[in-house]
Order: sequence, then C-alpha cells, then structure tokens
Amino acid sequence: MTDEMSTRKINSFQKQKNKQEMQKMVVSFALMIFFTLVAFALVMLEVPSTYVIPIILLLAFVQVSFQFFYFMHLKDKGHEVPSQIIYGGVFITVMVALTFTVITWW
Amino acid sequence: MGMTSAQKRGFGATLWDWLTTVDHKKIGILYLAGGGFFFLLGGLEAVIIRIQLISPENNFISAGLYNEMITMHGTTMIFLAAMPILLGLMNFIMPLQIGARDVAFPFLNSLGFWLFLFGGVLLNLSWFTGAPDAGWTNYAPLSIQSPGHGVDFYIMGLQLSGAGTLMGGINFIVTIVLMRAPGMTYMRMPLFTWTTFVASILILFAFPALTVGLFLMMFDRMFGSAFFDAALGGNAVIWQHLFWIFGHPEVYILILPVFGVFSEVFPTFAKKRLFGYTAMVFATFLIAFLGFMVWAHHMFTVGLGPVANSIFAVATMAIAVPTGIKIFNWLFTLWGGSIKINSAMLWSLAFIPSFTIGGMTGVMLASAVADYQYHDSYFVIGHFHYVIVGGTVFGILAGLHYWWPKMFGKYLHEGLGQISFWTFFVGFHLTFFIQHFLGLMGMPRRYWVFLENQGLDTGNLISSIGAFFMSFGVIVFLINIIYTTIKGKKAPRDAWGSGRTLEWTISSPPVHYNYKQLPLVRGLDPLWIEKMEGNKKMTPAEPVDEIHMPNGSILPLIMTIGFTIASYGFIYQTGNKYWLIAVYAGMAIALISMLTRSLKDDHGHHISKEELERVGD
Repeated sequence: MTDEMSTRKINSFQKQKNKQEMQKMVVSFALMIFFTLVAFALVMLEVPSTYVIPIILLLAFVQVSFQFFYFMHLKDKGHEVPSQIIYGGVFITVMVALTFTVITWW
Repeated sequence: MGMTSAQKRGFGATLWDWLTTVDHKKIGILYLAGGGFFFLLGGLEAVIIRIQLISPENNFISAGLYNEMITMHGTTMIFLAAMPILLGLMNFIMPLQIGARDVAFPFLNSLGFWLFLFGGVLLNLSWFTGAPDAGWTNYAPLSIQSPGHGVDFYIMGLQLSGAGTLMGGINFIVTIVLMRAPGMTYMRMPLFTWTTFVASILILFAFPALTVGLFLMMFDRMFGSAFFDAALGGNAVIWQHLFWIFGHPEVYILILPVFGVFSEVFPTFAKKRLFGYTAMVFATFLIAFLGFMVWAHHMFTVGLGPVANSIFAVATMAIAVPTGIKIFNWLFTLWGGSIKINSAMLWSLAFIPSFTIGGMTGVMLASAVADYQYHDSYFVIGHFHYVIVGGTVFGILAGLHYWWPKMFGKYLHEGLGQISFWTFFVGFHLTFFIQHFLGLMGMPRRYWVFLENQGLDTGNLISSIGAFFMSFGVIVFLINIIYTTIKGKKAPRDAWGSGRTLEWTISSPPVHYNYKQLPLVRGLDPLWIEKMEGNKKMTPAEPVDEIHMPNGSILPLIMTIGFTIASYGFIYQTGNKYWLIAVYAGMAIALISMLTRSLKDDHGHHISKEELERVGD
C-alpha cells in the first residue's frame, strides 16, 4: 500500500520533471529558429559586415550552447564524464583553430 | 554452447564463428593476429632497409623501391602493427579488468576490427602496383606530385583503418564509463584500464585531424582541388599541421597503454601495491593534455617563427615531468619488493633505461635551436626508435608474456622467452644507439645510399648487425608461440600466483560471458584485498541469473568489403571513369548492410540460469 503510493508519487514527480524538460526544449528550439531567422535577416538587410560578423558569431555561440546543454544534456546530473570529454574536445578544437589563425594564416 | 560443442565443430563452422564474432576476447585475438602479421611485414621491410645500408653505395634495392620501403615500414609499424596490437590487448583485458561481460558496442567493435584489417590489406596490396613513396608523414607537395597510385593507396588504406581505430576508441570510452562492476569506482580502476581510457580519449580527439587531412589530400589528388597547392592559393604547411595534430597525440596513444601494462606487471612481480597510484593517474592525464599542444615541435624548421617555436619547445619539455613521475613510481614500486624475474618482468625492466634514453634525446630535440642541427638526421631515427621500440614494443611483449596464460590458458615457454628477450634487447641497442652518432656526424634520414670514408661505414654495419639480432629474437618468439600452442603448460586462474586485479579471478581462458556473477569490488586491487582477508574468491555482487549476451553478425565484414571495393573505385577512377561503378557498388553494399542493421531488430540471446549452474564455476 505505502509502496504503491510512493511509486505513484515518484511517477507524478517524474511526470512533472519531464514536462518541465519538454518546455525547456521547446523554448530553446524556438529561440534557435529565431536566431537563425535573425542571422538571415541581418544579411538580407545588408547591414555592414563590421556588425554582421560579430553578431552572427555571437548567435552561433549561443546556439551551440543550447545544443550542448539542452539537446545533448550536458547540464544534467550523471553526465559529468561525457561533459568533461566534450569540453576537452571544444578546448582542443579552439586551440587548433587559434594556432592555425595565428601561425599559418595571419 | 559449452566447450564440448565447440570442440566438435568443423572447420567451416569455426571459420564462420570467427568471421561473425562480436566477443571482445575473440576480437582481441583477431587484432593481435592481424597486428602481428603486419608487424612481421614491417619488420621484413626494416631488414631490407638495413641490408641496403649495410655498406656504402650499396645496390641491394633501387632508390625508388627504397623510398617505398621506408614509407611502408613507418606506416605499417605505426598504423597496422603497434596500434592494433595494443587495441587487441585493450579489447581482451580491459573488460575483464572492470568486471564487464563485453564492451558497450560489440557490433561496432567487430566493424572496427574488419575496417583496420581491410585498410591494412588494401594499403599493402599497393606493393603489386607501386607502393606509396612520400614517407610515412606523406608531406605535401611531394605526396601531391608522386606519380602512380601509391599515395592514393596510402590515403584510402589509412582512411579505412583510421575509421576502425576511431570506433575502437569510442567503444572503450563508453565501456569504461558505463560498464564497471559494482564497487569499481574510477579511482579503483587498474592502471591499464586507466591508460586505455585516456588513450581512447586521445584517439577520439586526434583521429579526426587525420581524417580531415586525408580527405583534403584525397580531393587534391583525385578530384582536382588545391588545398595544398601553393600555385593555386593552397598551403602545403596545412598538411603538416593536420598530420602532426594527429601525429603527436598518436605517439601517446602508442605509449600510454604500455605504461598501463608496466603498471600491472611491476606490482604483480614485486608483490607490492603500485607506488603512487593517484600520481600515476594524474600523470597519465597530464601527458595526454600536454600531448595535444606540442605538435609543432615536428615542424621547428618549417619557419613558424621564434615565438611559436619557443612556445612549443617549452610545452614539449614540460612533458618530461609527468613521464619522470611515472618512471620514479615504477622504481619505487620495485624498491623493497619481493621481485620475481621472468620474461614479462625482463621486458618491463629493460623498458625503464631504454625508454629513459629515448626521453632524454626527446628533451634534446625539444630545444628548437638545437633541433635545426638534429632535424631529418639519423639522430631523430635513433630517438623515436628508442621510444617506440624501447617503449611500445617492449611493453607489448611484456603484456603478451604477462597475459598469455589468461588469453590462451597456457604459459609461454620461459627459456625461449628469455632467449628472444636477450637477443632482441642486445640487437635493439646495437641497431639504434649508434644511429644517434651517425646522425650527429651528419647522416640524413631517408637517403638511399651513403658515401664511403665519411666515417659512416662502421656505424651502419653495426646498426645492420643489430637488426639481424632483433630478427632472430622475433623468430624465437614465433617459435615460442607455436611451441606453447602445442605443448605449453596449462595455467590456472591466478596464473602468476600474485595477481591483484579482476582478470585473474576467472578461468584461463575465460568463458565467453566472462563472469557468471559480477564481482563486488571493495577497493583498488580487488583480488589482492580478498586474498589478504583469506578469501579464496571474489564476493559476488549478484545472484546467479540469466545472462544477456549479444549475437554474432556477418554484417561488419560485408560492410567493410563494401567500403574496400569503393576505395578501389576511388583510387582508379582518376584514370578510367568506369571505375566509378566500383565506387557506387561498394557504397551500395555498405549502405544496404547499414540499413539491414538498422531495420532488423537483434535482441541478442540469453544464457539460462540452469545452464550456468550446470557449468559450475
């Protein structure tokens, strides 16, 4: 009897958590589409490239973060090791890109 | 399916079993066999190189063939011998050490093996039509201008086997993160598991750079792009960067797993806990981390400028610190231990001074100023053979002697083991020590001949004699394998009597589900803990119950055959467009196999409780 009740409680807790999770996903998905539209709009309105490039890079950075934290669950508990590995990959990619920029292309 | 039915099977059924296997132990053995075959091939190439250089202005092979020989020796030894043999050891041992019944993705494991094997075979088939001849580093623009299809075989062969390695790395990471036995926390994992984990992370991050580089090279050579062609606005240095962003972590992929092997062998035969376990884990990570930011030390003479050179020089020298920590920890593990010397231990003990010499010349090379003198000379050849042979090959042989009883249930013959050790060890130092001095006297690497009376004659003769000693050692080792297979002494579970880790708690060789009941791990060196408390065996962490195991599949092999046919198509379509048929056909075979794999459910099979109880322990 008590067992059943506690399971039901856990289930409703889980349900609410899932619902919240779903909300977050939908919101971040909508934002991502919005950012993409903004990026396209800026280019089509022929805003000077001095502004467009940094703005698009910023939007891209936010989108990548959404991707990592919401869709790839880096923020979740129990995902510490995969997160560390992703951060390692990001670190190495950034470093390689930076080195190429500085010593080969500059 | 017990042992009895396995013995009754005919040749066809046995072959089918090996072609379709997803058992990590069988795939491990396949890796060892495939890697061993390529090791012999690469060794043969090495001997041919040394015969050519045995005397001044020798004419044993032509200049063109010599270029192919050095290219294939390097490529084969790194990609097709050393790394697959290590992957074989990891595959067999790591799941046993963490108390798992298989790796996380058994199907992927099998696919990874077949891709490696067919990549290697593809690359070596180029011998019949002209092998790659631009050096194992395949620098542009030399590789872009190399006539014939040699370099195309290099590109496609490495692309295939590289994909296989990447799959292996991902598989091991997931296995270690998710499939450790109850109680096996990260800081209770054996050092070999740790180094497998870190080496797999290195594979995950380093191989994409190679993949990208190979793709760019493929487009340049086959489809008329100009990534590396300066005349059309490309940049040849980018290949060097991409190659070494992969290539430098690669040398740590080769050395870290054998650091793990030594960290298992020393405690077992010194009967002491590994000294400084935490420091060892930390040093492993530090080496991996630093290993990613030193690649340009291969390019000091390219002209990156003094600032870039200095940064990479300092970072390179810093790697000596964590490596030194490891060397001292091994020495302290031995200190005061009750040491038993056998072949596995001999290879491990010989590693310490040999590898330290390689590390010392490494720090010398790290000095950018001095490197202008050493670059592209035999000094470099001496250096990297000291770390790769004195480190990786010694480690592989130590690991094979140590785990052979676990893998095959029989001890390698001790006398033969010592003969092969001593001849190989003496031959190794004879071959490569003198090469440092040859290099300092000005002998450049990759040259077909050297002139008389320039002080290089005796040194080269000594070096070649050493190569024959090493060959003798390898032949004795092969005889040892055959002898052991026919009439070797049977090994019990705890083959050395002083095993500390989980693999020594199960039968030799292990049953295909490894553990009837998953063990409960109560600390570092779980078997040793139980022994100290007078327990005969591990405490189980679960009751005897049904075991779920994956089914075998022929699809990985078919998929790989598809990719291999497509690779042939890519190589030859530059001359004749009809070869595009091979590209489409091969890709179709591969994609249909993938589709079959995705759409057809395969839930694996269960081993019933009754059967487990019948088998006994």
